[in-house]
Amino acid sequence: MTVLETPAWRPRTDAAPLMPDPEPFRLLGTPEAAGLDPALLRRAYGELVRGRRYNRQATALTRQGRLAVYPSSTGQEACQVAAALALGPRDWLFPSYRDTLAVVARGVDPVEALTLLRGDWHCGYDPKLTRTAPLSTPLSTQLPHAVGLAHAARISGDDVVALAMTGDGGTSEGDFHEALNFAAVWHAPVVFLVQNNGFAISVPLGKQSAAPSLAHKAVGYGMPGRLVDGNDVAAVHRVLTEAVERARGGAGPTLVEAVTYRMDAHTNADDATRYRDEEEVAAWRGHDPVDLLERELAGRGLLDAELRRRAADAAEAFAADLRERMSAPVEPDPAELFAHVYAEPTPQLRRQEAQLRAELAAEREQEHH
Amino acid sequence: MAQALNQALRDAMAADERVHVMGEDVGTLGGVFRITDGLAREFGDTRCTDTPLAEAGILGAAVGMAMYGLRPVVEMQFDAFAYPAFEQLVSHVARMRNRTRGAVPLPVTIRVPYGGGIGGVEHHSDSSEAYYLHTPGLHVVTPATVADAYGLLRAAIASDDPVVFLEPKRLYWSKAEWSAREPEPVPPIGRALVRRAGRSATLVSYGPSVPVCLEAAEAARDEGWDLGVVDLRGLVPFDEETVADAVRATGRAVVVHESSGFGGAGAEIAARITERCFHHLQAPVLRVAGFDIPYPPPMLERHHLPGVDRVLDAVARLQWEEG
Repeated sequence: MTVLETPAWRPRTDAAPLMPDPEPFRLLGTPEAAGLDPALLRRAYGELVRGRRYNRQATALTRQGRLAVYPSSTGQEACQVAAALALGPRDWLFPSYRDTLAVVARGVDPVEALTLLRGDWHCGYDPKLTRTAPLSTPLSTQLPHAVGLAHAARISGDDVVALAMTGDGGTSEGDFHEALNFAAVWHAPVVFLVQNNGFAISVPLGKQSAAPSLAHKAVGYGMPGRLVDGNDVAAVHRVLTEAVERARGGAGPTLVEAVTYRMDAHTNADDATRYRDEEEVAAWRGHDPVDLLERELAGRGLLDAELRRRAADAAEAFAADLRERMSAPVEPDPAELFAHVYAEPTPQLRRQEAQLRAELAAEREQEHH
Repeated sequence: MAQALNQALRDAMAADERVHVMGEDVGTLGGVFRITDGLAREFGDTRCTDTPLAEAGILGAAVGMAMYGLRPVVEMQFDAFAYPAFEQLVSHVARMRNRTRGAVPLPVTIRVPYGGGIGGVEHHSDSSEAYYLHTPGLHVVTPATVADAYGLLRAAIASDDPVVFLEPKRLYWSKAEWSAREPEPVPPIGRALVRRAGRSATLVSYGPSVPVCLEAAEAARDEGWDLGVVDLRGLVPFDEETVADAVRATGRAVVVHESSGFGGAGAEIAARITERCFHHLQAPVLRVAGFDIPYPPPMLERHHLPGVDRVLDAVARLQWEEG
């Protein structure tokens, strides 16, 4: 039997195993949290503190003109960190433009992760070396790539999993539907993570979807949907890890909806006060992912001054390094414009490259005189 | 030509196990035009896969498969059915090498049966080449002969870059002296071929219009005209040298294709001929193309498609000098 040989389809009468729980899954602050591994919690804490600092630093860099634009994930750090921690080194991450923190938490150099947003090239890291696809600006179009890659890995006999990230707005796109359908039909080892942060730029979820939850969409494709508190890093990590292992074990894809909130505007170019009120923001401030974990750690006596200081120092050092390296002047080579269009440049591109070189030489000549 | 394409796929799959064929109805049925006939039986349904009916999904999945090291060949059942996959093509397939500084090449072949002349109903006869050739990062290839169908498809699959491989539907059933056992060497992508040398004028064409031009050249002999025919075999890369040499030899040129003329490939070709050959030209470069209308219903398509007469009329308008 080949990988894709399919049994005769018959209607499933029991969708219950696929249905998400009515309430988002939570761990922090529940009795079950007592069983969580302290080492994992400490590591997650360090990543969250660093992630929060990273978001602040990147936002500051836009004000200094060092970044063209920055879509902040402040408030969503738990999703970002958990996504990176749930993956093994051979697994692949397919991020959207808001997921630079997940990319950084995965170990990609932060300057390379910001290359797209800085504007000196589109993708700053080598996707094959980092097992991280380029940040996708078009919404959800990277999800079918994750399916194809996971499918290719599976038929090659490798136990590699792909985790693809999108937002609540991204679930309205046709590519979202096609990706989930392909993944389910092919049993591809993929995990789809929807960060439902409440808004697609300015449009609230109620204008985006009439589904009971975004996780419910999974049922129609024949895969389980999981609903999780996106600000609870332990819960997101647990749900994603289970989904990753489920995929790795050959049981197919999972759709995870993480309910979270975008504390900042869509990007620095956006004015969020036009479409949401301060009360709502304040309510979410009371459910902050860093605070939630701090409370848990403190309650279990795991958060001493030493851990707090170490995490803060590491975050500060990280930010200082990022600040310094992002302040270094960038001089992209204009000749590179023609270098990667085709394996072998066309005659037309060769002529255009020669033209640009001549123009640059003339410019330099003029500067000398 | 259908048999040559089928053989090219079979040989490519046998030569390289990374080659995977996928699309709608390509498995058990062998494709609506039977181009993938027998491949699923021979190589299994993991390597020749019937996908769900979703063109963006097919091409998007192919991107991920190529990122993992496979060489997918996707079939877009009909020309106009490829449009839902256009975003994947333009936003990802064409750019992946570029945006990753060469780290992620995408060896994906996108087979699109295209063009009219087979009595297809709406959305089954479009010539979509102009959409593709305007997108940097894609190769655009189209065969006009049975031998080229085999060779160019092998070359497309062997390419490390994405290739939009346009298959002229109405040539699927064309027969020619061609032996599957002794296929010709694989021609490089982007090399035009002088199908016929001439002295009076040069016809420049590609795909389904090449046989029309050859027929016109044959008929023109009665008028005392010796017409050359250049088969571009593809539009990206564009072989300017071969075209320019052929046009300089005659001083007159007509570009022929069946898609709408306005903003079409012929406009680009005519402009380049003018730029390269202006001082050799005895007449303006003319274009013979389909009308600027949505593709007509089958009972009217013969009025739309450029035929031999329209080509000869254009040749006559090239302001012949007495002599």
